[in-house]
Amino acid sequence: MSATQTMPLPLKPADFASSAEVRWCPGCGGYSVLANVRRVLARLGYDRSKTVFVSGIGCSSRFPYYMNTFGFHSIHGRAATIASGLKLARPDLSVWIITGDGDALSIGGNHLLHLLRRNVDVKVLLFNNRIYGLTKGQYSPTSEQGKITKSSPDGTLEDPIRPISIAIGAEASFAARTIDGDAKHLEYVLERAAHHVGTAFVEIYQNCVIFNDGAFDYINGRDVRAENTLYLEHGKPLIFGKERDKGIRLNGLNHEIVPVASVDPSQLLHHDEKAREPSLAFLLSRMRYPEFPEPMGVFRAIDRPVYNQVVHRQIDAAVARRGLGDVQDLITGAETWNVG
Amino acid sequence: MTTEYLAEAESKSPRKKLAILPSVVIRFAGDSGDGMQLAGMQFSDTSAHLGNDISTFPDYPSEIRAPAGTIAGVSGYQIQFSSSDIFTPGDDVDALVAMNPAALKSNIKSVKLGGMVIVNENAFVPAELKKAGYDANPLDDNSLQPYRVIRVPIDTLNALAVRTVGLFPRQVDMCKNFFGLGLVYWLYDRPLTSTLVYIQRKFGIKNPQMAQADELALKAGYNYGETAELFAEQYHVPKANLPKGTYRKITGNEALVLGLVTAAHLAGKQLVYPSYPITPATEVLHDLTALKHFRVVTFQAEDEICAMGAAIGAAYGGALAVTGTSGPGLALKTEAINLAVMTELPVVIIDVQRGGPSTGLPTKTEQSDLFQAMFGRNGESPVPIIAAVSPTDCFDAAIEACRIAIQYMTPVLLLSDGYVGNSAEPWKTPCIAMMPRIDVHHPTEPLTGPFKPYERNEALVRPWAIPGTAGYEHRIGGLEKQDVIGAVSYEPANHETMVQLRAAKVAGIKPAGPSYFWTGDNTGDVLLIGWGGTYGALKVATMKLQKEGLRVSACQLRYLNPLPEDLAERMSHFAKIIVAELNLGQLALLLRAKYLVDAQILSKVQGQPFTVSELVRRVKQMLASDAAARRPAAAETPKDPIHVVERKVQTLPRVRGDYCSAADV
Repeated sequence: MSATQTMPLPLKPADFASSAEVRWCPGCGGYSVLANVRRVLARLGYDRSKTVFVSGIGCSSRFPYYMNTFGFHSIHGRAATIASGLKLARPDLSVWIITGDGDALSIGGNHLLHLLRRNVDVKVLLFNNRIYGLTKGQYSPTSEQGKITKSSPDGTLEDPIRPISIAIGAEASFAARTIDGDAKHLEYVLERAAHHVGTAFVEIYQNCVIFNDGAFDYINGRDVRAENTLYLEHGKPLIFGKERDKGIRLNGLNHEIVPVASVDPSQLLHHDEKAREPSLAFLLSRMRYPEFPEPMGVFRAIDRPVYNQVVHRQIDAAVARRGLGDVQDLITGAETWNVG
Repeated sequence: MTTEYLAEAESKSPRKKLAILPSVVIRFAGDSGDGMQLAGMQFSDTSAHLGNDISTFPDYPSEIRAPAGTIAGVSGYQIQFSSSDIFTPGDDVDALVAMNPAALKSNIKSVKLGGMVIVNENAFVPAELKKAGYDANPLDDNSLQPYRVIRVPIDTLNALAVRTVGLFPRQVDMCKNFFGLGLVYWLYDRPLTSTLVYIQRKFGIKNPQMAQADELALKAGYNYGETAELFAEQYHVPKANLPKGTYRKITGNEALVLGLVTAAHLAGKQLVYPSYPITPATEVLHDLTALKHFRVVTFQAEDEICAMGAAIGAAYGGALAVTGTSGPGLALKTEAINLAVMTELPVVIIDVQRGGPSTGLPTKTEQSDLFQAMFGRNGESPVPIIAAVSPTDCFDAAIEACRIAIQYMTPVLLLSDGYVGNSAEPWKTPCIAMMPRIDVHHPTEPLTGPFKPYERNEALVRPWAIPGTAGYEHRIGGLEKQDVIGAVSYEPANHETMVQLRAAKVAGIKPAGPSYFWTGDNTGDVLLIGWGGTYGALKVATMKLQKEGLRVSACQLRYLNPLPEDLAERMSHFAKIIVAELNLGQLALLLRAKYLVDAQILSKVQGQPFTVSELVRRVKQMLASDAAARRPAAAETPKDPIHVVERKVQTLPRVRGDYCSAADV
């Protein structure tokens, strides 16, 4: 940009809103996520033309229509594949995947695993409402066992997937959890994800007002939140409760809740999001309400090779080693003969 | 050899005569671990370098190492080498090299009566004979009487030849294909140079001991031919009179790779090739990943679906996106191909067809994915289809497919097949400076209003606006879009408009290359229509039928969607239309539906290409049965139309005889 041109004004959250009317149900948790994504992108100075939202199918996957960036509303479960190809072709773009519990963990489960293990530099915002909303109320892979839904009138028989456990099992370099009803925390986690280089996996607890209303009242309710959640802070002991009087301690290979007053602080587990081994992050991902408070925040944030970067590094190295290929030489080949 | 002598000359060796032949078909056959593919490839390289026209046909099992010595484990490589233009690897084999009883048993049917059969007699021991299912040794029971059998103790001679190198028995065994190759080199008067260079390049540094042994085995085989009193004469196939130029040998899959890289160059684009390994398309991924210095991005996806999705993502980002697969993989890609149809993004999908349905016959060829390519998607979903007609045409067809994809903003299906993909022929290498560029336009001009992603040009093509272009932010996806504007729309009339627009765009595609290849006159009694990889066999069969005085022409379709503009007119000048294809009549059904033409089906579904002789025979049979049908059947002439209907019903073929009771007949 030449010095005579005026710098464009910083964008406001509203500048990231497209002209499309948002068609989620009134009261849907999606609105909060949408507002906070717009806010974070504006604050971090994102370029609208270099930002792409890619989604699959489901209520959450309508998200790209509501952003005044580039957007691709694809097919069920396949957002990760399209985002991977896009990032390989265009490492200069900021690519965000918007998905849901059915889209990412059921029909698209395979792609999510491979996206994470490759560590493609994209953000994954998984809206987990523990229900199929767009198809009007069937159980999802994160629905709690025994849940009565239209497709499980006698209660589901399946053990639900824990998305963060899956992500960590698939070598996620960044895994975090937040909730629609806690705007400040949501914004914090989104910002952390935005800064991460590699696949940033964010599970967002999201209330579906029509088919699974109140699923997260045990967290969204201000009076119970402190008792039922544990806010993760790097390097800090795992303490929770309104009075911050309960902590998590390792007893053998199991974790347990102990009164903070009764133990030496050094006995409490301390959070380490940068730990090379994912054991602690995995342990945290197993903590589930009502037996345990559910950890919120960044479970894991490590640096490891980023797929799209190493792919292009290999290509650059090949060019450096062999020189840029000559197409005519390639066609002619090494073993030729002349006629005439 | 049944071919006539053109000349006779004395060879260097005073004891052997040199007979000149116009063309020879040989086949190497052995266990899948015997190195027959390598021997065949070396023989074809050498012959091509000598200036022969060549055509090859590798035929191997899908198991990497099927049980040794069994029929299932036999791997074969057939080569026709000729002093004139050839279009097929040949029907009947002049000389078969059989390394074991199983190879003999499964290949003897293909040998001409009077043809030569060189057998490794060491392998004809009771245990091997039993594995091949022989009750008696065919070398001793006169069953090979119609052939000239040459018994060579290849195992013994090979072991003696390499004994000084000090190899393990398994390594010694690995040289015997070179012994056989050396022998055949002598028989057909070929120099060893090209293979000696290959051995040095392949093993010279990595494994000098093995290189030495292979060289010894090769030379020992050659010298054995020279000194043993097995052959009355040597044979020589002179150079072919090919057009002037620089040549190389190339397979269909190799030509696809070069075509894709060239297309990327002509378009000034980075090639992105996501793929999932599948026979017989995998080589394309292998070869492209070795071209990183051309800035080719390959991506081994976790499955076929991801490969297609990643190709769409790359295309959306502005790359030249191509993915390759075979029939079962194409089935998995279906939903995502439809997304590319809906979003109108340029992606080339290569289907190297194999025998189906399901896993089918992975290493065998077939043309049974035409319907899948044409109709295998939900909704009204038009996709252009191009079929490569020969190994070298894979190069041009790949460029054509990329050109159409970009020029018309559409996914394009490029059909090849296992036969075309693996077969090799000489290729006069083109000069890329002479090729027209592929025009690409990404809009960047300042806009006065919001960008309209579905505003079309005169060819009904929407713009390829890519991320990173300020002012062009827009959203696309699988939901139906509003004409011009591109917003989601469920409006009934708009949907019909969009369906019509997508159909009209594909129907209006103007090919840059030929949409068919024609053989023969423009009018006649029979038009033989084929498509894709059967070109060589149909062309040669047509020429043979013409020589026999039949008025037959052939039309080999390269464009299957849209079909050539003048096809109806072309067909109208022939009394009879026969469609020959390696399926149960898929193109025939398309032609019947589209043109109301009485296209007859000449079908073969055996996992093998057509042979020329079977095409000739079956076309003549079809003509003969026509003639018989025209003869009046005096006693049975039906009296009224109702009678006619009843009679037709009665003569329907009983395909499912098993549920016909006696009362039915």
